[in-house]
Amino acid sequence: MQIEPRENISPWRVIVAPVAAIIVAFVLCAFLIAWTGEPIIESYGYLFKGAFGSRFALSETLNRATPLIFTGLAAAVAFRAKFWNIGAEGQLYFGALAATILGTGAITLPPVLMIPFLFIAGALAGGLALLGPVFLKTTLKVDEVVTTLLLNFVILLFVNYLLEGPLKDPMSLGWPQAASIVDEGVLPELMARTRLHIGFLVALAASILIWALMRYTIWGYEIRAVGANPNAARFSGISINRTVFLVAMLSGGLAGMAGITETAGTKGYLTLDLSPGFGYSGIAVAMLANLNPLGVVISAIFLAGIYVGADSMSRAVNIPTYIADVLVALSVLSVLVSLLFVQFRVRWR
Amino acid sequence: MANLRISNVTKKFGSLTANDNVSLQVSEGEVVALLGENGAGKTTLMNILFGHYVADEGDIEIDGIKLPPGSTDAAIRAGLGMVHQHFTLAENMSVLDNIMLGTESLWSLKSTVSRSRRKLESLADEYNLHVDADAGISDLSVGERQRVEILKVLYRGARILILDEPTAVLTPAETDQLLANLKMMVAKGMSIIFISHKLHEVMAISDRVTVLRHGAMVGEIETRNADKAILAEMMVGRKVTRPKAEVLEPGSDVLRLDNICVRGNDKKTDVLRDISLNIRENEIVAIAGVAGNGQRELAEVLNGLRPWHKGTFKFGGEVVSKGDARAFLRMGFGRIPEDRHHTGTVGEMRVWENLLSEKLRQSPFWKFRTLIDFSAHRKKAAELIEQFDIRCNSMETPARLLSGGNMQKLILARTLTADPKFILANQPVRGLDEGAIAFVHEQLLAARTKGAGILLISEDLDEVFSIADRVAVIYHGRISQLLDIRKTNLQQIGAMMGGDMKAVA
Amino acid sequence: MDWIELFISAGFWAATLRIAAPLIFGTIGELICERAGVLNLGIEGIMTMGAMAGWMWVYEGGSLWGAVFFAAAVGGIFGLLHAILTVHLGLSQHVSGIGITLLASSLSYFLFRMFLPNSTTPPKIVPFQPLEIPYLSELPFLGEAFFSHTALTYLALAIIPIAIYLLYRTPIGLATRMAGENPVALEAQGINVLMIRTGAVVVGSAVMAIGGAYITISAFDAFFFGMINGRGWICIALVIFASWKPGRALFGALLFAGLDAFQVRAQQLAGGDIPYQFFLMLPYLLSIGAMIIISKRMQYPQALLVPFRRGDRI
Repeated sequence: MQIEPRENISPWRVIVAPVAAIIVAFVLCAFLIAWTGEPIIESYGYLFKGAFGSRFALSETLNRATPLIFTGLAAAVAFRAKFWNIGAEGQLYFGALAATILGTGAITLPPVLMIPFLFIAGALAGGLALLGPVFLKTTLKVDEVVTTLLLNFVILLFVNYLLEGPLKDPMSLGWPQAASIVDEGVLPELMARTRLHIGFLVALAASILIWALMRYTIWGYEIRAVGANPNAARFSGISINRTVFLVAMLSGGLAGMAGITETAGTKGYLTLDLSPGFGYSGIAVAMLANLNPLGVVISAIFLAGIYVGADSMSRAVNIPTYIADVLVALSVLSVLVSLLFVQFRVRWR
Repeated sequence: MANLRISNVTKKFGSLTANDNVSLQVSEGEVVALLGENGAGKTTLMNILFGHYVADEGDIEIDGIKLPPGSTDAAIRAGLGMVHQHFTLAENMSVLDNIMLGTESLWSLKSTVSRSRRKLESLADEYNLHVDADAGISDLSVGERQRVEILKVLYRGARILILDEPTAVLTPAETDQLLANLKMMVAKGMSIIFISHKLHEVMAISDRVTVLRHGAMVGEIETRNADKAILAEMMVGRKVTRPKAEVLEPGSDVLRLDNICVRGNDKKTDVLRDISLNIRENEIVAIAGVAGNGQRELAEVLNGLRPWHKGTFKFGGEVVSKGDARAFLRMGFGRIPEDRHHTGTVGEMRVWENLLSEKLRQSPFWKFRTLIDFSAHRKKAAELIEQFDIRCNSMETPARLLSGGNMQKLILARTLTADPKFILANQPVRGLDEGAIAFVHEQLLAARTKGAGILLISEDLDEVFSIADRVAVIYHGRISQLLDIRKTNLQQIGAMMGGDMKAVA
Repeated sequence: MDWIELFISAGFWAATLRIAAPLIFGTIGELICERAGVLNLGIEGIMTMGAMAGWMWVYEGGSLWGAVFFAAAVGGIFGLLHAILTVHLGLSQHVSGIGITLLASSLSYFLFRMFLPNSTTPPKIVPFQPLEIPYLSELPFLGEAFFSHTALTYLALAIIPIAIYLLYRTPIGLATRMAGENPVALEAQGINVLMIRTGAVVVGSAVMAIGGAYITISAFDAFFFGMINGRGWICIALVIFASWKPGRALFGALLFAGLDAFQVRAQQLAGGDIPYQFFLMLPYLLSIGAMIIISKRMQYPQALLVPFRRGDRI
């Protein structure tokens, strides 16, 4: 089998390939559904209805997509520079911590200031969480995959400790959770009588900003160059360390902002189960979007739809909710393969 | 011991004919040189011999028996052994490991390490090729590594030895050693095919020369009936003229290094010691030397990528206190890197993005100091593509799809458009065909005429003697004194490259 | 219990070996993959799948050793998938590995829930029992510490010398190491690099999966969510700490396990002074520390993460 790079990458191929791949993933999952004994088409029907079939469903999906857009952007930016930030989960919680420490009464500002303040605090906290790993990488060349990943566990344990101790809300009847975010900090709802809040709009804005950054600015160029060929980048005068540092701060900051949307928007306070793996799912979101910041929005909504829909589906038919994770994993792998066909021509000998 | 006959081999890759009806013959105890430029088809022919490719037509016989095509195993079993130009040795493993690899069945679970060691030692004694079987490859010199490669091939019972550009990386002393070893092997009946584009070696070693050009055989000649001029003309098909430098009066110092000392990667020992040289306006200074004597580190210092800890570095009369690639670019350094894939271009990015990668932060290529001005970039890129005749489908093509020659033109365009006062050209014509080489040299000479001072790091003495004004030799991290090119010759420089730094006539 | 008593208690050493065993399997498995040049980030998922598959085999009435083979086979299949994606199709090893971890974990949770929908308390099986070795297991201290372990634990220890022999003294081990250092050299000898790498990844993944199964059929007797809890990632750090050498991998795994065993007991000793979460953090922080220590002297297999295409550089 011979693989040759294509000279011209046609735009329709870039769109059709991932879509075809996702269809393949659904087909493969259909086998699993068949194994459970439940009817395939009907089950998928419940999935889609649960995701997009009603106003409420749509609001749930978009709400779930909000942190995924942030963590997806975090992964997209980092991976573009080949900085493998697997620590978005921990950075998210760090951002949530910042919201809790600063936003539960310590500081009060009018909402128009408080909300941006919380987002900035969350972003800074998220970047802070990545300082250790990026410093280790640039000075000692310690691989960031393992350090960021293990740090997730450390941060979660730290949050656990704080929630059972210093940050425990005295009014929470013994559950380990922090005090609620003050009213001025709560993100206003976007759709009446739903959980969807303006965090979604902030996420959209973030994706447009990141896209513009990567495409139109010199920093974006440098990030892409460092990821594509660090030797050539260094040769042409780009400071690798500075670029990696910038990428890390951006990536951590975006993940930290996901912590804000969940704490100040969806949940209202910090708990240990604030994130059902948004940080990790963000990686899947980024991969499905081929690291494109605008594509991240679409793949985040897609993933969110699957999770929300699977919840709803599991109430109607006897299929474990983990089917959502399986579907996502299959999508990631098949989109990965499909991108091969976009960029290369495969010749069978 | 063995006779090899290649008959009428033809191989096409799409519309490109790599080998066109080529025939070649070697008998025992003979050395045949296969001569041709880059791209002439020598490597393709050898790949066919070795079963990496299958010929479209023609066949190969060893001792009268047809060689099954497409099988590396069959080739090795029939007695073929090839020592490649780029060694295939694993740095982190031992000599014995590298030699043993592939000689036993993979399904065997028995340990044959001691037996193999004994076999290796007896071979080494027989052919006078001594290496320590347990030494790590990373500890060996280039000459010793080549010995390992030869032992690898002998270990497998090779009777027909093929050497691909074997002296490209050797010092003259190591070359003499190699030739002596080859003579010993030939005396024992070994047949040798010697691939080269270096005329003086071909003349020195071979019994016969076969010349390839553009895939076809141009002719075969007994070495004693040939001379360099005849061979060169056969190789290229025309009288070879590389551009020659006109005589110019050099100006003031553009760059000056005095007693610069540079530490190596271990941060303890000096890899460059007491480097002193100066490059003036309107001149080309060449640093000749076999690879691995400190050129890479010297280039990194001048690229702003490696610090020095002693000595002064002056640019245009002003002291430079530390290396910084971006600052150097701003000051007017132009740099042509040694490896156009690894360092010179970002393959995934487009041609226009690569062309202006050094000018990102200059007007008119940016807006508000942060945004890229696409139209300005594209306009300039179009000019450069035209001016330097860079062949590509469009400026949006990813750079990795360019041929070697065009990639080098891209790098030249990028470097020269800034009108640099100093240019560091590091192996600028490596791997290019004669046409591209002529182009690169023209451009460098044109820059020299315009007033630039150029430092040329080169392994190719032909290049050095055709375009440089002054030359120095680098050896084990030290630089000889600078010599006027007209007052020295190939033998003297060759001797210095081998360590004889006092060979100043 | 005094702090000193902690170290001379046989129970501590026995626990160390028990904790080390899955780490040894995981680290050796990953080491084999990386030595051949392929980073396998699917380890966390493959260990989870091994844990589930092994346990399920016993739960459905199979034998314990049958479960070990089944888990290995399942692990090998995921390894094959990773190999196809990265070795044959040349896709990003990072992305494929993460995808495999996602797939293997989610699939194992899904299948577990599908087969056992109504379990609020995880059902149990009868795991490997400690092998009572005549004479040796009755020795004071040493008997409890080292000679009363399950057969699978002894297998973990045996894997080390087996791996050393295979890797350093057999032709296939040499070919595997060469695939990770200079695959072009391998190709030049007429050995198919892609097959060697694929084989290494499949074998390595099978070994990893046994490590996962160890937790559910030897160390404990049930499968629950979040079982592997980052152990797969720790193995990745341990491979680097071991400089890709099996002997050092054993040392690293034992060191780490010892610190983990220590952490559990130290919690009891420290009473309520230090919150338990900080003890639980120790293994992860120590892994990061180990990577920092080794960073100065790291010698990567030179072809790690570099995909090989046939006829690449001839």
